Amino acid sequence: MRLIEKLPQVFKPIISVLVGLSLGLLVTKIAGEDPWNVLGILVRGAFGSRYDFGMTLFYTTPLIFTGLSVAFAFHSGLFNIGAEGQLAMGALALAAAGIQFPNVPAFLAPVFGILVAVLGGGIWGAIPGWLRARRGSHEVINTIMMNFIAAGLSSWVTLYLLRNPHSQNPETDSVGAHYLIRQFSFFDGAPVSMAFFLALFAVFVVWFILWKTVLGFEIRAVGQSESAARSAGIDAAKMRMIAMAISGGLAGMVGVGEIMGNAERFRVGFSPGYGFTGIAVALLARNRPFAIIASALLFGALHKGASDLDLETENVTRDLALILQALVILCVSAEGVWEVLGDRLKILSKKKWFNPAVSVEVSEDQASGLKTKV
Amino acid sequence: MMEFFASGMQIFESTLRVSTPLLFAALGGLLSERAGVVNIALEGLMLAGGFGAAAVALSTHSPVAGAFGAIFCGAFFAFLYGIFVIELKADQIVAGTAFNLLAAGITPFLMKVLYDSSTSTPSLPLALRFQQAPIWASWMCLALVWAWLKFTPSGLWVRIAGEHPEALDSAGIRVKRVRWVSVILSGCLAGLGGASLSIFLASSFSRNMTAGRGFMALAALIFGKWKPIPTAVACLLFGFFDAMQIRLQGVVLWGSDPVPVQFIQILPYLVTILVLAGVVGQSRAPRSLGIPFQAK
Repeated sequence: MRLIEKLPQVFKPIISVLVGLSLGLLVTKIAGEDPWNVLGILVRGAFGSRYDFGMTLFYTTPLIFTGLSVAFAFHSGLFNIGAEGQLAMGALALAAAGIQFPNVPAFLAPVFGILVAVLGGGIWGAIPGWLRARRGSHEVINTIMMNFIAAGLSSWVTLYLLRNPHSQNPETDSVGAHYLIRQFSFFDGAPVSMAFFLALFAVFVVWFILWKTVLGFEIRAVGQSESAARSAGIDAAKMRMIAMAISGGLAGMVGVGEIMGNAERFRVGFSPGYGFTGIAVALLARNRPFAIIASALLFGALHKGASDLDLETENVTRDLALILQALVILCVSAEGVWEVLGDRLKILSKKKWFNPAVSVEVSEDQASGLKTKV
Repeated sequence: MMEFFASGMQIFESTLRVSTPLLFAALGGLLSERAGVVNIALEGLMLAGGFGAAAVALSTHSPVAGAFGAIFCGAFFAFLYGIFVIELKADQIVAGTAFNLLAAGITPFLMKVLYDSSTSTPSLPLALRFQQAPIWASWMCLALVWAWLKFTPSGLWVRIAGEHPEALDSAGIRVKRVRWVSVILSGCLAGLGGASLSIFLASSFSRNMTAGRGFMALAALIFGKWKPIPTAVACLLFGFFDAMQIRLQGVVLWGSDPVPVQFIQILPYLVTILVLAGVVGQSRAPRSLGIPFQAK
């Protein structure tokens, strides 16, 4: 009985993903490709070799951070669409620190770098948090606007203050050698670094904060019901500011893998939309920290697998990744579908051959369970 | 410096030109948001419209047909968006983000299929492009939207659908139907916004050619306090920033470095944050914005 109640909660996202992916693969038929062949290329591209798998993990790392970022803000009842800007500011701050202070001792530099990245993203996230808490302006609009401001600002800093004089590309000088963290030779040159383990560690920390500390409890209380939290004496405005700052800090850590583990410098526009994919990652994981690992791996694999489509098919390009992402998000978010299905189940349950007691509970669970969270 | 001032007329003209797509899209966003449906998907609707315009203009050799292609594509995307946010009650921000991704992915996908290039459509000769018509059309649309919302009963329904949908419902007007009309019209207008990029300002549709203009239109709409005429003024202001920014690219006004245009680029977003925070005036969203309506 309990198992049946639990099952739909686990299966719903999986079914949604399968429906979304199937729809997306069917689209490739328009381009005259065989969907099975495309699927094969996606899977091989993502997991086919040590290098491919390494690249998948490389893309998974930032998606864990941005997924956590979106999820953390969501637990306080805020929608952070600003991870894209926060990760840019975190990375930029890290690059600036790495260039200004190249001589930080080798054992301190990585820790210092991580802290600066967290601080950069955290401040950028705290601003819309403050605006929401103190001025009442909506965080969705503000974070969108902050994304564009971050893009302009980081491009200006890169071109005018930290420019790499030896390169035509819009990128900064390289950071001090002490900041670089090692890559694993196992992956045949794919830039998987310790940042991946930092991401796993961040998952644990986020879980711990949210479910094992008073702060986390208060943040979730505000997210569940602001008025109830208020009457329990929780300072809702303060909690939201803290949540947004932490959310921004998590996004800022994307810079660690990118700069300390890969490019050694800030490159304007290095992120192929990690911040926006983070929304999909969090949504699919229903904001559960540990589920975010799996969810990020899925989207990381999609991104890597799709990048091989340019070469291996005639007509399908890597843009398919965007289509697949969009369809997965839509399928996961269309909660009304489950209500309709729930109603159908109720009708079914009135028939004799269907065990009424069980099915009614399942359908109510479906109808209410999805309504509360995104 | 002198020639810089002498070109004031040119700047005025290019301001009008570059604010056209913004005005179309912002009016579209306004209709949808006044009816209570958040429209983060403007960017995607513009992309769909821009692509539709270029594709239809190419195959029919007529820019007017291209404009109708844009209207159709925008409306079709808005129809899909409506299914998710009005009927299935998907979160409007999540769905909007998804539609932006979808449009950003599907337009290069179709370009590759139709024209064997995922970067841009074949370029349109001058005869297949608009010269000035979209500017006039956008201001006509402004007048129509303004008059519709202000003076007609159905315009009133739209406004109430965003403020007190329950009141509308008890008056016997179907809230969902009002929202559907607004969202579809929103798609048509945003589609025209995309068309004014691909077959008016440029000579082809290229991937991700909106480059954030959908969001800038959203900013203009908020800056304009969700009202048609202030929104149009905001579009002109942002268009002016854009025109200045293009003009000042690489220009040395003082010292030895060119003017950092990035600071002009971020101005629209900065002033929007300030106005929303109440530092410059006060901007208030429709009360029921973003809340799905369920008839009792």
